[in-house]
Amino acid sequence: MTAVPDMVARAENGRGARFLGVMPRRLVTLYLPLGVLLFVLLFPFYWMVVTTFKPDTELYDYAHFNPFWVVHPTFEHIDKLLFHTGFPNWMINTLIISVSSTFISLFSSVCAAYAIERLRYKGSQYVGMAIFLAYLVPPSILFIPLVAMVFRLGLFDTDWSLILTYPTFLVPFCTWLLMGYFRTIPYELEECALIDGASRLQILLKITLPLAVPGLISAGIFAFTLSWNEFIYALTFISSSENKTIPVGAITELVEGDVYHWGSLMAAALLGSVPVVLLYSFFVDYYVSSLTGAVKE
Amino acid sequence: MAVEMHSSDQSAARAGWRLRDNRDWLGALFMLPAAAILLVFLAYPLGLGFWLGLTDAKIGEAGHFIGWGNFVSLAHDAVFWLVVFNTTFYTVVASVVKFALGLYLALLLNERLPFKSLLRAFVLLPFVVPTVLSAIAFWWIYDSQFSIISWVLIRLGLIHRYIDFLGEPWNARWAVIAANIWRGIPFVAITLLAGLQTISPSLYEAATLDGVTAWQRFRHITLPLLTPIIAVVMTFSVLLTFTDFQLIYTITGGGPINATHLMATLSFQRAITGGYLGEGAAIADAMVPFLLAAILFSYFGLQRRRWQQGSAD
Repeated sequence: MTAVPDMVARAENGRGARFLGVMPRRLVTLYLPLGVLLFVLLFPFYWMVVTTFKPDTELYDYAHFNPFWVVHPTFEHIDKLLFHTGFPNWMINTLIISVSSTFISLFSSVCAAYAIERLRYKGSQYVGMAIFLAYLVPPSILFIPLVAMVFRLGLFDTDWSLILTYPTFLVPFCTWLLMGYFRTIPYELEECALIDGASRLQILLKITLPLAVPGLISAGIFAFTLSWNEFIYALTFISSSENKTIPVGAITELVEGDVYHWGSLMAAALLGSVPVVLLYSFFVDYYVSSLTGAVKE
Repeated sequence: MAVEMHSSDQSAARAGWRLRDNRDWLGALFMLPAAAILLVFLAYPLGLGFWLGLTDAKIGEAGHFIGWGNFVSLAHDAVFWLVVFNTTFYTVVASVVKFALGLYLALLLNERLPFKSLLRAFVLLPFVVPTVLSAIAFWWIYDSQFSIISWVLIRLGLIHRYIDFLGEPWNARWAVIAANIWRGIPFVAITLLAGLQTISPSLYEAATLDGVTAWQRFRHITLPLLTPIIAVVMTFSVLLTFTDFQLIYTITGGGPINATHLMATLSFQRAITGGYLGEGAAIADAMVPFLLAAILFSYFGLQRRRWQQGSAD
């Protein structure tokens, strides 16, 4: 019985002191931990940037220079990376491979997702399940049989070995995501078109796809990022320096014996990240929606 | 009126008939590109992987069927068991911490904050940047001579010598686990944040009226409603951690003395570097039961809890 007046009294007291009481509390329970976590999450990027622009004299001399900032910024590491290594080549390879495998995957995923969600052919729900399971197969257990196949097909050390194998993880992902998008488009629209005499292909091209554009962008961006970041297949299927992708080139070609050129390594990490980060910054919302859509059922 | 109804019924029926008539072969046609890719480059290699595990194939050599030979020799291989331990330890510790910190970060980001979408964009950055490239940054951060962490700790007077992050087995284990956690938190946080945003505020309002504490609110509203998405997110997270390759390959290459080798990196070392495809494939095959167990445990384990709590979804 006494609890209610007690609470009311406390609320009354609280209102007056809110400005004094709440702000420091929010500082400790919200802004401080958030700041610490953000600092930890972003520090490696800061470190990449700082190292990229530091001359070697500062890089390896913590006694005379505070390591946290750059006194005499230099472009020597970037210059070395761009004009004295295969980096530009790797960049072009990565771009070609990522764009091609993304387009192949998007095309086959759109068709597959439409068929599973809208054509509802016999057994389509089992195929949908199989797609989800395919999505769970990690590249780490596929690369050995795949390298044997790549050898036999004569694709070893070519762009095609990656363009054809990246869809193995992109297609399940994109199909799963697009299935979710197609499900949100009202069936009635398609029925109307069907009654008006549109063919299935016309319905897909003129009604479903225009409505699914956000889904296509999400799937496309995510697929592009995944192929840009892919490592184990690119490491296994490519051997000559000029055919490598950025992640593989950076780790295998920039280290000379025991000498680590940290400046150019960090420059490679920085420049290799720029394209995906730029793309990401323009389409953050699509990116987030594909990330969260991918774990939704 | 009746005639009109009749004719529209008929046309709908005809459309329906045409639809049904076309459906199966149209479906097959539409499935063709995806099915071709997945059957040739996913299903077939999956089977081939199991077959290779039963042979003594080498790179450029087909090899012969040797039954369980590879698995028998692995069972007597101390390195293999060390690697199984490493992988399990790595997966369990990294997943638990990723979950705890990811959930915490999601809860923080779910508060009323200025520049919320900007913050969210920054949080996701470690996930977007190519793993190998950020791993190179960690490799540099863990450098034995120029580690910035050691430098700061020395300046603060907490330690007196540079920490040999990657030279000591346990240091190296914790170092790669930290890098993995760093890489994985954004995924957990952002997906759980999306889950949090679907929880109706009226539930919290009702709870506030009932005078519950913040902990009770979290324990009895947030957590139960979040459990389904936690199950899916953690299944993915465990899967990705267990099969991790890039971080280890980049930062330690499996050393020192195999202390950070995971099953994926060991299978790469044996199959590609060493050329023993059959043995490498056997190690990769050995990951499958662990993966299935992880999926069953985290997915169905958490699903059952949802049923027990009686929330029909």
